[in-house]
Amino acid sequence: MISRLLLAACATLGLTIAAAHAQNLRIGLREDPDILDPTLARTFVGRIVFASLCDKLFDINERLEIVPQLATGYTWEDPRTLLVTLREGVRFHDGEAMDAEAVRYSLDRHQNMQGSFRRGEINTIEAIEVVDPLKIRIRLRAPSAPFLSQLTDRAGMIVSPKAAEAGGRNFGTRPVCAGPFRFVERVAQDRIVVERFPEYWNAAAMHLNRVTYQIITDSTVRLANLQSGALEMVQTIDPDDVPAVRRNSRLRVSVSDELGYQSITFNIGNGARAQTPIGQNARIREAFELAIDRAALNQVVYEGMYTPTAQPVPPANPFHVAGFRPEPRNVERARALLREAGVTTPLRVEMTIPNNPDLRQAGEVIQAMVREAGFDLRLNTMEFASSLQAATRGDFEAYLLAWSGRVDPDGNSWTFIHSRGPQNDGRYSNTEVDRLLDAARTEPDAGKRRELYGQIWQIALRQDRHRIYLWHRKNIVAHTERLQGYVNVPDGIIRLQGMRLQ
Amino acid sequence: MWGFLLRRLGQVIPTLIIVSILVFALQQLMPGDPALILAGEERGDPEVLAQIRAELMLDQPLVNQYLHWIWRALQGDLGFSWRIRLPVGELILEKLPVTFQLAAMSFVIGVAIGVPCGVLSAVWRDRPADWVINAIALFGISTPNFWLGIMMILLFSVQLGWLPPSGYVPLWEDPLMSLQTTIMPAFVLGTGVASVLMRHTRAAMLGALSQDYVRTARAKGLGERVVVAKHALRNALIPVVTLGTIEFGRLLAGAVLTEQIFSIPGFGKLVVDAVFNRDYPVVQGVVMATALIFVTLSLIADLLYMAINPRLRTA
Repeated sequence: MISRLLLAACATLGLTIAAAHAQNLRIGLREDPDILDPTLARTFVGRIVFASLCDKLFDINERLEIVPQLATGYTWEDPRTLLVTLREGVRFHDGEAMDAEAVRYSLDRHQNMQGSFRRGEINTIEAIEVVDPLKIRIRLRAPSAPFLSQLTDRAGMIVSPKAAEAGGRNFGTRPVCAGPFRFVERVAQDRIVVERFPEYWNAAAMHLNRVTYQIITDSTVRLANLQSGALEMVQTIDPDDVPAVRRNSRLRVSVSDELGYQSITFNIGNGARAQTPIGQNARIREAFELAIDRAALNQVVYEGMYTPTAQPVPPANPFHVAGFRPEPRNVERARALLREAGVTTPLRVEMTIPNNPDLRQAGEVIQAMVREAGFDLRLNTMEFASSLQAATRGDFEAYLLAWSGRVDPDGNSWTFIHSRGPQNDGRYSNTEVDRLLDAARTEPDAGKRRELYGQIWQIALRQDRHRIYLWHRKNIVAHTERLQGYVNVPDGIIRLQGMRLQ
Repeated sequence: MWGFLLRRLGQVIPTLIIVSILVFALQQLMPGDPALILAGEERGDPEVLAQIRAELMLDQPLVNQYLHWIWRALQGDLGFSWRIRLPVGELILEKLPVTFQLAAMSFVIGVAIGVPCGVLSAVWRDRPADWVINAIALFGISTPNFWLGIMMILLFSVQLGWLPPSGYVPLWEDPLMSLQTTIMPAFVLGTGVASVLMRHTRAAMLGALSQDYVRTARAKGLGERVVVAKHALRNALIPVVTLGTIEFGRLLAGAVLTEQIFSIPGFGKLVVDAVFNRDYPVVQGVVMATALIFVTLSLIADLLYMAINPRLRTA
């Protein structure tokens, strides 16, 4: 018995040593991805796993520039017609060829499959035409500046038509794409395992043999796994854990600006609860904003790690309007504005907050700050799903909500600010802002487009104050010092190309 | 005996039907529209929402949804998880052995500590040993599992490096590794069970030790050991068995927090994630499976009474 135990112990030890030399990477994810079908998937963590399985027509780099992946290039034949040239000799994991027909099939699937979540991203497509096996022409209904950026995410992922036909709606339980790794197994809520695909078109850039995505929801435990060597990398750590990781000589921290933002949405026109002083008077919302010190808030809740902001587009994005900065806190002015508005103070306002410890804390800090200006801020903490439903129904006065962000500025603005925007929960509506948002959507010149966004922020945020942008989060990735070659791209996706374990 | 068994089995079916109706009804009371959750960041698109509702039958009257579900369930089809599209039956079968192993280990730890401590503290009533055992039991009941769990991870995994901090390896894949991954969560859960069992064993033993038959046994000149083990303990065990099966059922229903801390992919994690994602088929399936487990366990408890106490066999 004892000898058998010893044998088992030796075997375990042997395996551990072997694992240390093999290029097997274990990454800790903070939640379990949903279905691994690029057409049906919705979660952010799912995109991290897709980066290993499914290559896209285009990708973005750390400067947020669009670079070719399965495509080799593109030309706009006219503002509505995009010609994409494809890489030669690319194979799917099942050995099938990745060609123009497969691209047409995948785009068609994204557009027309029942329950597709990609439809809204690429519904500007009017027709897709296979020119030859390596060329495809996409015709749009109207010129669209954000269109190309949609092909850098799940809408640009190309699936094997043969496997997709065979798998049907269950394709996502065994996805077959043209990425650097192929699917091995998934144990729900535990792990997803992928292994190197030897015939990958860019095999020279791949040094890892096997990647295991381990789902660990508790951030303390995720970090403990990294510290004890049970993981080589974690998707994200909390800002207050950063000092501890920095002190550990065997670990490295990598930080980049996230694409999204945290903001306070005001209910201005969504049902009965919009009929409050703060919902109806932009001066009162201005007072509320002037009472908040974003830098102090960031210092208290996030160790000063996040980036205070006044607009939805982060500084890393080329469309960030550099001159549009948060106004300094001014409690005197805030009090004066409330007097001008003729409301009796303390003015009662209710803010809905999704039930996360850090957001609760942020809510409490805001509560203390605006109290000095004459607001009686009540915090209504709600479980996330319930808070979303309440917001959609208009059952809120103010709502502290985050957006994960998109590469193109349209994805951070139109849906939330345009009067027909599907996520404009507060029902803000200004015809001039609508016109400018539509113009920015079709403006091909980057400089002019940025100017348009500057004008939109000026009206929607400084004049109408329909929303308060507070901060941009950061992607904080931690990994063992043995891991080399990781590039932190602002979209938070872990790209395995070029990564290796020493 | 057989008549009793049949009667008990006859009660099982109505119980399960009532549970199934309750789960269905309670879910409707839960705020948060599942279609909104499933739509994620596409939640503003009414077309997407309508499509999801149609696909999942959410646009149909509640009675239709229930009848459809129960009809399929009776044929052994519990439906698909809305979130990851795996069959619910498969998910339950995948998680059940994990939770069973964890529950069994915790239960063994709990009984091995709880029952002897309870007996000893009753026998040594109001002596220093009794006080110490009681203090430890109080500590065991009042320590939150998540705190004890994280402290153990920090000590045994991060500081000492003896055990893996979290995760799970199936018993049949690598028994040693499997024990290593489950020993900490089992201990955390086991201490809770031990404390409860200890308190109840002590109370039941004190009751039994003051009974006439114990005095008679002592008067017959039996040794104290025999009196305690054969006469008092056997009678004291009946409430403890009831409690033990309830505790075991509780463990099987999923040790939600502990599984979350140690990333054990078991029942508790399954149902909590399903509730937060409004993944109704998974919630329904897991609750039904849990109800079935509880009903079975209480049946086993009744059979155990008869084994322990022959007086009940005629009933």
